[in-house]
Amino acid sequence: MSTGTGASDLLQAEDSGIDELVAGEGPVAARSPLQLFWRRFRKDKVALAAGTFIVLLVLVAIFAPLIRKVFDIPNPNDGNTAALDDFGLPSGPSSQHWFGVDDLGRDIFSRVLDGARVSLLVAFVGTGLSVLIGVTMGMIAGFYRGWVDTIIARLVDVLLAFPVLLLGLGLASACSTKDGCLGGALEPGLKVVITIIVIANWPYVARIIRGQVLSLREKEFVEASKSLGASNSRIIFREILPNLVAPIIVYATLFIPANILLEASLSFLGVGVQPPQASWGQMLSDASTIFQSAWWYMVFPGLALLFTVLAFNLVGDGMQDALNPKSSRSR
Amino acid sequence: MAAYIARRLVWVVFLLFAITLITFILFSVLPAGDPAVARAGRQPSPELIESIRHQFGLDKPKPVQFINYIGDILPFVGHNGVYFGFSYTNNAEVLPQILDRLPTTIFLTAGAVVLWLAIGIPIGVISAVKTGSWLDRLSMGVALIFISAPVYFLGLVALYLFDDKIGKFPVLPGNSAYGQAHSFPEKAEALIMPWCVLAASFAAIYARFLRGNLIDTLQEDYIRTARAKGLSERRVVFRHGVRAAITPIVTLLGLDIGILLGGAILTETVFNIPGIGRYAYNAINVSDLPVIQGTVLFGAFFIVMMSLIVDILYAFIDPRVRY
Repeated sequence: MSTGTGASDLLQAEDSGIDELVAGEGPVAARSPLQLFWRRFRKDKVALAAGTFIVLLVLVAIFAPLIRKVFDIPNPNDGNTAALDDFGLPSGPSSQHWFGVDDLGRDIFSRVLDGARVSLLVAFVGTGLSVLIGVTMGMIAGFYRGWVDTIIARLVDVLLAFPVLLLGLGLASACSTKDGCLGGALEPGLKVVITIIVIANWPYVARIIRGQVLSLREKEFVEASKSLGASNSRIIFREILPNLVAPIIVYATLFIPANILLEASLSFLGVGVQPPQASWGQMLSDASTIFQSAWWYMVFPGLALLFTVLAFNLVGDGMQDALNPKSSRSR
Repeated sequence: MAAYIARRLVWVVFLLFAITLITFILFSVLPAGDPAVARAGRQPSPELIESIRHQFGLDKPKPVQFINYIGDILPFVGHNGVYFGFSYTNNAEVLPQILDRLPTTIFLTAGAVVLWLAIGIPIGVISAVKTGSWLDRLSMGVALIFISAPVYFLGLVALYLFDDKIGKFPVLPGNSAYGQAHSFPEKAEALIMPWCVLAASFAAIYARFLRGNLIDTLQEDYIRTARAKGLSERRVVFRHGVRAAITPIVTLLGLDIGILLGGAILTETVFNIPGIGRYAYNAINVSDLPVIQGTVLFGAFFIVMMSLIVDILYAFIDPRVRY
């Protein structure tokens, strides 16, 4: 009898011990892939710092007009001839013009702010549209398979084998003549740049998503959902799509810096964002004729571009590690 | 193997046709401006525009124009021996102009390729073998900076610092030096700075890529086997690890060479090197569509050809690939 109670006491004790242990850890909650992803990501301090930088940059870009008003900074397209010397050479950084002025006496700080708006707008809209199209096409191809899949996969193959950037340069320059493209429907500037970004990016997204969907659709939870009588749209949006959110975010973050560089390069070559709208690439292009006497004209837009792209790359790397902890970078 | 190569060749022919179609649409259908007016120059008479329109077949329907256009660029068929048409600005034939500039672009590309492989591969291997060391962290940090910096910004900074005429530390010829150089050593010297700037970001990409591949490879079972049978670490890393990890670099390298041969447009623009890229840039500035079209087609041709070569080469160098 006593041994029995002893055993049950022991059992009791063990149970309570386990209870305590579990209680010490807090309630066990099911973590979604997104939560797991976040828990790993926030350990990466460099990526977190870069992420903070991006958030600040986005705020600065959004509130650029307000910042100009508060600090009494001239408008990006207002030339101040008083800031040019007798030979028409621009003056460097001063209390009045923090980053100096360009060859037309325009405030470079103000133009760098405006450049941030353009860069981020093009990168976010371009990447967003590419992801939207790529995910849609990839999911259709991967889920329905059959002839739809064949057509989309072939199209992706062709586009990926294509020198899309070169043809993008062609499109941009063909549309940069004064008459524009398609009878004026596709004007030079932001629209052309975003079009090129979308054409260049969506095939990559579609291929990645198609591969993921092909494997996800064979998983048990999809089968279970199907056997419970779920419709295709329910399976696609409620079962498969949530599992794609993390990879979509990661790839979007990796595409953004590449797209910022692409916009800057097209603008540098004169076929991207059109003057007088300020953009970092175009400022570097303008600076290339007078950089030996006006270093500030080249340095500030260049550094803005470098830091922005670097920050996105750092966040992208951190996200990739967090998504795929066994990947080579995290070891 | 032969069947595989044949399949690839058919694919390449199809791609080239598709590229031709797209460039035709880009440059002959999309632009709203009238090419006959663009060619006729300033204040042309209506008769002149009409005669140009007739001479270049611009009065024919678009599909006929497309067939003529294919005829214009096919080797040995060509329009009276003229392949890519004529420039708007000086009426010069486009293809000879491109071919004239090809050696310069090849020279620039070749030097940069040698440089970035010589820098990127050792750094990638060392970083992978000593993962997590300060050397690894430092080189990967620097690599990420070079990947993030646009080549024209690096180029401007390099010119500002080191150009022998305008630089703060005048050590190297830079801006426009290639065009003024006459002898081979002078030309090579003029390209040192562009080579370094162009190679910087590629070296960074290759180092990161190789490092990732090699770390994954060194986790493989056959590496453990190699270690277990008592091979030296050096032999394990180089003969078993690097050899397997480096093959994907061939793909990367082939495509990059293809892209650069089509015109390292940004580098050539910053340093004013008279290659194909600079030719395209000048044409973009004056909306000289036939020249841009020619350089785009030429560049696309290189990229498609390099990817074909890479695919075939791959079958030979990687014994794991089966067709």
